[in-house]
Formats: sequence, structure tokens, C-alpha cells
Amino acid sequence: MTGQPAARPVSAELERLVGLSIVPRRHYGRWVAAAIILLLFAWVVKAFAEGQIAWKVVGQFLTAPAILNGLVNTVIMTACAMALGIVLGVLFAIMYMSPNPVLRGSALFYIWFFRGTPLLLQLLLWFNLALVFPRIGIPGLIEFRTIDVITPFVATLLGLGMNQGAYTAEVVRSGILSVEVGQTEAAKSIGMTRLTTLRRIILPQAMRVIIPPVGNEFISMVKLTSIASVIQYSEILRNAQTIYYANARVIELLIVAAIWYLAVVTLLQIGQFFLERYFSRGRGERRARHKASPGNGAGGQP
Amino acid sequence: MTGRPPPIVVAHQVTKRFNSVRALNGVSLSIDPGMVQCIIGPSGSGKSTFLRCLNQIEKIDGGAILIDGELIGYRQVGNALRALSDAEIARQRLATGMVFQRFNLFHHMTALENIIEGPVTVLRRPRREAIAEAMDLLARVGLTDKRDSYPIEMSGGQQQRVAIARALAMRPRIMLFDEPTSALDPELVGEVLAVMRDLARSGMTMIVVTHELGFAREVAQDVVFMDRGEIVEQGPPSQVLLNPQHGRTREFISAVLT
Ligand SMILES: Nc1ncnc2c1ncn2[C@@H]1O[C@H](COP(=O)(O)OP(=O)(O)O)[C@@H](O)[C@H]1O
Ligand SMILES: [Mg+2]
Repeated sequence: MTGQPAARPVSAELERLVGLSIVPRRHYGRWVAAAIILLLFAWVVKAFAEGQIAWKVVGQFLTAPAILNGLVNTVIMTACAMALGIVLGVLFAIMYMSPNPVLRGSALFYIWFFRGTPLLLQLLLWFNLALVFPRIGIPGLIEFRTIDVITPFVATLLGLGMNQGAYTAEVVRSGILSVEVGQTEAAKSIGMTRLTTLRRIILPQAMRVIIPPVGNEFISMVKLTSIASVIQYSEILRNAQTIYYANARVIELLIVAAIWYLAVVTLLQIGQFFLERYFSRGRGERRARHKASPGNGAGGQP
Repeated sequence: MTGRPPPIVVAHQVTKRFNSVRALNGVSLSIDPGMVQCIIGPSGSGKSTFLRCLNQIEKIDGGAILIDGELIGYRQVGNALRALSDAEIARQRLATGMVFQRFNLFHHMTALENIIEGPVTVLRRPRREAIAEAMDLLARVGLTDKRDSYPIEMSGGQQQRVAIARALAMRPRIMLFDEPTSALDPELVGEVLAVMRDLARSGMTMIVVTHELGFAREVAQDVVFMDRGEIVEQGPPSQVLLNPQHGRTREFISAVLT
């Protein structure tokens, strides 16, 4: 350009630019990728549609008593094993953080052992506990034959629950560590003991950090229960297998099981969403007020 | 000397060290009931540590502290001192209320829940009663309309006032303030100091660590200047703040004022 002050020409140029129409950027790579994925998807759908899958059989076995029974067992085991795992997890996390070296040591040992050995091995150990302790109980008072006590249910529960506890302990510990020391000090300053502080102040806030990974583990647990089929616990997959050994409808029954697993997991995910929202109160997003707040005096409502 | 009430806080030759750091190096201080004691001093001089020893967030290494005539942290058994249990220490802490620099409200509780937590959980008072008193306290700190707000929804000044109400709800004999306005934006300092002034007027014994020299001059009966874990100078505010005897005090005060 010439050395003249360019105010007018520039603004005319801008006018012209503003007048042009906008053509969005073309993402050719994305189009190609999408096309490939759609093709693959169509191919899988076609394979399933044309394959030897009798969808009527799937529908028929979806609510078969044996399947529903297995479903109930799976759900019960998931709930019990997670409950045991969470109780143990909290307990061992607290022991781990205790100033008492014996408590700390046992927590370390527990976590080391149950995280360090395969779950399948632990399950088999529990199931075969009778080989080590033929009888359990208080000698001379009450005693049981181990074989009678350690049913497939009990062995599975102990196996899954104790294993889960070791992982949950670490999750709970990191949750507790995520709460600032100021909270503990404030709790002490109003006269709370260590345990009250934990229960009322620390754990509720640690939940925000604990819930997402525990929610994940809950979902893993639903699927992990299927491992119990090796020690004859009749959860849903084992019952599906029993059926297809008899009628050879392998894929159909696997699909039935898959549908139920997905259903349970979906429900759990919804539950996790609401739990997370509850425990993040006072952080980030504001919750909906239950009552209009300004100036409503001393109501007795908690 | 007759007729004068015994001191409510006696610290005698208190020492506290963190590894190699001597945070408190033989601090002696005695405080009469109803008095406002201000503590000033440079950062790291041990002011917070002293308050934290008074309500046993920290354990002292040497010396003794008596609150209301009761030895804290230990019980004399014959010729030895036995450390108290967690529960006994928690009980002794009820004599003191603490207000922190960073407020430390319980994040997962509303203002009202923060205030009634101690009365309900620790003192086992009926919830209804605790709520009624909490509402009185909220009115006293001017925050009636914040009863259902979470800490994150309040300004620093409002949080600190709720924190004061929370401490008062335990009906402590002594209130400890650790730089209660240092974390606040300047325009919010006034509202917190106003609440503290009001509290002082009501006759509460207060120990206040602060850099607000104006507040100290106006409200305190006695000011100590601490440096490197020791009390360097002590006296009425007119002396320590306006006419300090020690070089270190003078230096500190001119540094704060500029
Ligand atoms: N928990 C702790 N661990 C190690 N050192 C500490 C701890 N608390 C305080 N100190 C040290 O003790 C000294 C006094 O600290 P503090 O009482 O916080 O001073 P102030 O409140 O006067 O600023 C400082 O040197 C500080 O670094
Ligand atoms: Mg400090």
C-alpha cells in the first residue's frame, strides 16, 4: 500500500469481509471415520440378524425362572459383597491412618495380601478353607464343620468382599486425605472426639471423592460375581450356562445374560448420579432451595 | 489483691518445638476473666502455635497451661503427670472457642447446621433448642437470612461471622481468634471486627492474634508482642502500640503501619 493514512480503505475492506458468506471448515477425516464405523456397525447388525440367533429364544429365556433366580443371586451377591467391602474398606482405612502401629500394621498386611493375590485364587482358598481349618468356632463352646459353614454363597461373599475391602480401603484413605486439616481442627475446637470428627465431618466430605471410584467398583462387582460360577454359586451367568449345556442355545443365553447385566448396571449408574449429586452439596453447583430463604425467622424445621 | 478474680488462663513457661524449630520458647502469660488480650508479632513468631496449644490442637513440650484453674492435657497422679484421653481432652476443649484465619466452616453443612453441630452432636442438646439458639446467634452476627446458605455461597466476612457464631454456640468461657480478618478482602474486615467488638463489650474473655492495631488499641486491655517464640514486650495498648520500649516492637509496628 501507499504511505497514506489508510483508515478509509481498511474499513471498506472490512465492510467487504463482513459481507462474505461463511463456509464451515470441512472435516474430511471425520467423514471417513464415521463412514467406516457405520459400515462396521451395519456389518455386525447384519451378522446378528442373519446369524443363527433365534431372537424368540432370547425373549423366551429372558424371564425364565432359572435366569431370574440367577439374576436375584447376582444382585444379592453384588450388594452383600460391596457392603462387606465398604465396611472393611472404611475400617481398614481408619486403621491404616491410626497412630497405633499394630492397627496400622494389620491394615497394611490386609491390603498387601488381598491386593497382591488373584481374586480367583482367594475364592478357591475360601471355598477350600476346610482343608486348613476342618472346624471353626470357639473350641468347647460352639463348633461347626467348616464344610457346613463355607457354602458357595459364603465363600463368594468372603472372597469378593474381602478383596473389595482392600481396594476400597485405599479409596477411602485418599478420600479422607482430601479433606483439609482445617476441618479436623474446627471439629476438635468444638469438642469433638476423633471418632465423632470422622463420622460427622471427615467421612461425609470424603464421600465426594470416594463415591465415583466406589460407584465404578460397584459396577465391576456386578460383573465380577460371575467368577463365582467356578465354585458353584448359581449367579446369572452360571444358570445361563447350565441352560445352554442342555439346549445348545449358547449365543441366545449369553445375550439374555448380557441384557440383564446391562439393565442392572444402568440402574446403578443412575443411582451413582444421584449419590454424587447429594454428596457434592456445598461444593460447586448450588442445590435447589427447599424454601424461599430471605428472612424466614426461627422455624423449628431442621 | 483481695477481690480480684483468679486468672482464667495461665500459661507458664510453655515451650513447643517442631523438629528443630522452637515455635514457643518459654511463654508465660496470665489472663483475667472478661479481658481482651491481643497478641501481635511478625509471621512465624509463634502466635498461632500459642493459641493452638491453649485449645490443645498442639501438645506442649514443656511448661504448663491452666484454664479455669484446671491443668490441661494432663492429670496429676501422685508425683507424675498422666496424659489425658482423647475424650477428656475433647471435654477440656469446651472451655475455649476458636476462630480460624481461614474460617474452617464445615463445607457440607449450611450456616445453621454448622452452628448446631456442636450443641447437638457434642453437647447432646435437643435439636429444637439448639436451632432456636443458633437463630439468636445468627441474628447477633447479622446473618439471619443466611441460615440455609452453604459456606461456598457466602462471602469471607459472612463465613467468619458464622464461624464466630459456631464457636459461641458451645458457650465457651474464652474465645480464641487467630488472625480472624487476615484472609478477608479489606472491605469485609469491618463487619467481623464489629462482631468482635460487640462480643468484647458483652464481657467475653478473648485472646486475639491480629494485625489490626486499631482494633487492638480500642478493645484490648493488654497487648503482647511476640517474636521468635518469645514474649518480647507486654503492656496496655497505649504503651506497646504507641510507645513501644523494645526496638523489635518498634520495627514491627512501623512495618505494619506502612
Ligand atoms: N505443624 C507445624 N510443623 C512444623 N513447623 C511448624 C508447624 N506449625 C508451626 N510451625 C513453625 O513454628 C513457627 C511458629 O509458627 P506460627 O505459630 O504459625 O507463627 P505465627 O502464627 O506467629 O505466624 C514457625 O517457624 C512455623 O514454621
Ligand atoms: Mg499464624
